[in-house]
This record gives sequence, structure tokens and C-alpha cells, in this order.
Amino acid sequence: MALESLDVRRRSATETTSPSARSSVEVAKLIDVSRCIGCKACQAACMEWNDLRDRVGETRGTYQNPPDLSDQSWTLMRFREVELPGKGLAWIIVKDGCLHCADPGCLRACPAPGAVVQFSNGVVDFHEENCIGCGYCQAGCPFNIPRFGARDGKAYKCTLCSDRLAVGLEPACIKTCPTQCLSFGAKADMLRLAAGRVRELQGRGFEEARVYDPPGVSGTHVVYVLPHGDPALYGLPREAGISPLVTLWRSTFARGLGVVTMVSVLVAGFFHWMKVGPVDPDRRADRKEE
Amino acid sequence: MEGTLPPERRGFATDRPPDAIRRYSEAERLTHWAVALLYVALFASGLALFHPFFFWISALFGSPTTMRILHPFLGVSLAVLFFAYASRLWRDNLLLPSDRIWLRRMPGYMNGKDETPVEGKYNAGQKLMYWSMIAFVAGLLLTGLVIWRPYLAPSFGMTARRTAGLLHAVFGFVMFVGIGVHFYAAVWTRGSMRAMTRGWVTRTWARYHHPGWYRRMTGKVAE
Ligand code: HEM
Ligand code: SF4
Ligand code: SF4
Repeated sequence: MALESLDVRRRSATETTSPSARSSVEVAKLIDVSRCIGCKACQAACMEWNDLRDRVGETRGTYQNPPDLSDQSWTLMRFREVELPGKGLAWIIVKDGCLHCADPGCLRACPAPGAVVQFSNGVVDFHEENCIGCGYCQAGCPFNIPRFGARDGKAYKCTLCSDRLAVGLEPACIKTCPTQCLSFGAKADMLRLAAGRVRELQGRGFEEARVYDPPGVSGTHVVYVLPHGDPALYGLPREAGISPLVTLWRSTFARGLGVVTMVSVLVAGFFHWMKVGPVDPDRRADRKEE
Repeated sequence: MEGTLPPERRGFATDRPPDAIRRYSEAERLTHWAVALLYVALFASGLALFHPFFFWISALFGSPTTMRILHPFLGVSLAVLFFAYASRLWRDNLLLPSDRIWLRRMPGYMNGKDETPVEGKYNAGQKLMYWSMIAFVAGLLLTGLVIWRPYLAPSFGMTARRTAGLLHAVFGFVMFVGIGVHFYAAVWTRGSMRAMTRGWVTRTWARYHHPGWYRRMTGKVAE
């Protein structure tokens, strides 16, 4: 979703500096999993604000509905049942969606100029009018977030309501959450709030409680409080980071190497010709007739 | 295969010497040039996706999205035509013991010394080019299929897609080197280009570059 802006930090496939006359404070959404009751108000609010309607599907025997993120479902409550050693069964509800990485793999991988844009407040937005539908953003994302429209072949994901933020509103999901599981504000404030929640949880016996703000992607602008600690219990990678294959593929080194290879072939051909000249048996001075 | 053409069958190809030797059939030539055109379109569109500096190339395909949709279809067409073409040439490209000597003396040849006599229709350099092109087209096809959205990519895992994306780019550039050498060699050895554009070579050309093949085609001994 595009909302033209003058506070662009980075654009995909763009070598020059983007418009950045303005800058704003880094923001974050805090998802405190310990407070989520799985009511899906945020999911409904996301549909409503962004005017999205997913297909009516079939039940799979859990509350999770629809079954997965899609071009029409940018946030999804995932319902997980896990056995915690010594603590018994836990029903874990995780709000899934884009984490708005400070170092976004989707943006690094994208070949289309301006199809992925990162604003100075940390929001990573897809501008579908520039998207060519190649799917590289999926390969770049460590969290398996981008999804494609079946008809338009464009990539979609949570915008962190960049259009609402631009006019001073909080994201739609934040506005509807009834339990303060979701909070929104300056990232520094959210980290402070999260640290307080973790202390409180630890006092209540969740010794492993921790904040999830993975350093592998230089932190995220969606931060979780995980009461049981281990990210894998929540379907999140323990060591989140852009795959080294993608990093190498999109590195300045690899891109430079490609260009140097091409130029070397042209230069080598040119100078070989200048040094040796053509092989032409038909025009040899010492040519013998048969 | 015909050795020489009678004048009435030479038609308007007036610069064709009456004793010219045919090197490529019409079908071979047309397939070769279809592959070459597809290659240019594929490399250009791949380059636009690889480095933002070249993204403007996508405008030549109508729009970036059109280019992205076209590229894999062009790639599959190239692979089909290339393998149809290559399957006719494999026997002539089997490596022989004499190819070692040619290769050892290749640097000298490239720097102005006379070429080492070649046994078959192709010299060792051409044969290595042939086999590496087989490998790179196969590699580009396989890795390209893995990242082909929307048709095939969703059925592969992310690690496979990431690996294929990286390898596809690597193969693309190594193949560029190969095609560069191939094209330059064709221009460098005068008379070779005509073999592929018009189908024939002069007797002198054949005697000099491929004496063994010349003997087979004409029953005469070179030099
Ligand atoms: C044989 C000559 C070919 C060349 C020179 C070539 C070159 C390239 C290059 C350089 C890229 C950009 C990679 C990057 O961004 O790093 C690319 C992308 C791609 N290639 Fe190829 N390729 C060839 C054949 C194929 C074939 C046979 C396929 C098979 C279907 C294919 C499918 C793709 C796909 C799917 C992409 C990703 C962009 C897209 O979705 O269109 N390519 N190619
Ligand atoms: S599919 Fe993803 S990587 Fe490709 S152009 Fe669209 S946003 Fe960029
Ligand atoms: S979570 Fe994925 S889609 Fe979201 S910013 Fe990070 S890499 Fe991009």
C-alpha cells in the first residue's frame, strides 16, 4: 500500500538516496502473548481497515481461521498446542504477521525498484504497483510472511497501517485489542514496557519469559513478549536472520562480481583482437592453391 | 552430404564458391539462431532482475512484470531448442586423445601461431564449449524451474528456492563468459560466422581449421 512520503530510509533495488527530508521516531508494535485471549478482534480490524475479505474455507478442527496468511489475511492468530516439560499442556496463541525488520530480507531480495520501501519510523511497506511478482521477497523473509494474490500475482503483507500512521492514528489492530496484549508507540517505549511485562511474568513463575526483538535482523518493529521464552514454541525462529544464500546473492560483492565478469569478457575480446587480429586462412599471403 | 554445388543450384548465392563445403544444414542454422536470439533476450531480462543498474532493460519487454512473466517461458523454449540442436552434434563432440595436443597448443594458437591440426569436425576448444553449454543450460533450466512463480516455486522449500536463486545467477554469468568466448571465436576465425549464417565454408577454411573433417567430406588429403 502506497502513501507517498518524504521519510524513506530505503527502497528495494535502488542505488541512490531516497527522499528523506523528513524523519520520524522509530515505532514498534508490542505483542504480549501472555495477554492474548485469541478473540481475533485484531484480525477482524485488519480486514475492516484494509478492506480485505479472505475466502470462506473449511474448519480444520482448531480455532485457527483462515488456515494461513494470504493476500487477504495480513495478520492471523495461530493456535498451537504444545507440551511444556514439567508444566503440562499449553495452548499458545500467536499473532502472526510481518515483523517489520530493521534489516528486511524482503527488501534486500526484491529486484523491482520501489516495490518494497522502508520508512524512517521502521515500517516496511510493499508498494504493489511496482511489484513484478517474482517471489524473491519470500526467499528473503526469515519469517515466511509475504503472500501472493491469485489473480494479480502481487505480494502482500501487513503494512503496520502505514496509511493510518501517516495521519497520526495507531494501527487498526491496536485500536481494537481488548486486553492490552497489543500496544503501539515509540520503539524505545515499547521495549521498556516489554521489559516491565517480562519482570512481572517472571514474578508469576514464568522464569523463562523474554522479549523477542531478534538481533539477526537488527531488531524488529513488531516486538513480542514470550512468556515461555523459547521462540520455537511460538513458531518463531530461534536465530532469526536473512539466509546467507540470499545475503550473498544480493550482496554488493556478488552484484559487482557479475558486472566485472561481463565487462572483463568485453575488454578481453577487444584487446585480443587488437593484439592478434583475425585468423583468416582464405587471405593468407603465403596461401598455396590446391 | 553434398560436397560441391553445380552452378544452377547455387541460385543468387553468387559469392558461394562452386567448391564450397556445406557445414550446417538449414534446420541446424535456424535452430542455432533461434537459440541465440532467445539467449540474448534471456540474459538481458535476467540482468535486469540481477542488478538495479540494468532494470531499465525491462522497459524493452513492455513492462517489468511482462518481462518477469516472459523470462521463464523463453528459458524453457531455449532449453527445448538447445537440446534438440545439441542432440544432433554430440557424436562430433566426443573428446579424442588428439584433443590433448590441441589444448596444449591453444595458447600459442590464440597468440598468432598456426593451429594444431584437428581430427574431427570440431576442435578441442569447441568440444569443451559444447559440453559446458550442455551443463549450463541444464543448470539454468533446473534452477530456473525451482524459482518459477507462480507455477512451480510454491511446491519447493525455501532452502531450495534460495539455493536455486543464487545458482541461477551464478550459472547465468558463467554462461555469459562461455557465450562471449563462443561469439568472439566465431568472429575471430574469419569464415566461421558464414558457416552458421549461410551454411558453407571455403575449402581453404576447412583444410586449415578441420583437416580431418575436410578429408572426410571431400576424400582429399589436406596439404
Ligand atoms: C538459459 C539461459 C538463461 C539465462 C541466461 C538466465 C538468466 C537469468 C538471470 C540472470 C536471472 C536473474 C537472477 C537474479 O536475479 O539473480 C534470471 C531469473 C530467472 N530465471 Fe533465468 N535464465 C535462463 C534460463 C532460464 C530458464 C531455462 C528458466 C526456466 C524456467 C529460467 C527461469 C528464471 C526465473 C523464474 C527467474 C526469476 C525471475 C522470474 O520469476 O522471472 N531462466 N534468469
Ligand atoms: S514479488 Fe516480492 S520481491 Fe518480487 S517484485 Fe514483488 S515485492 Fe519485490
Ligand atoms: S518479516 Fe519478512 S516481510 Fe516483514 S519486513 Fe521482515 S523480511 Fe520483510
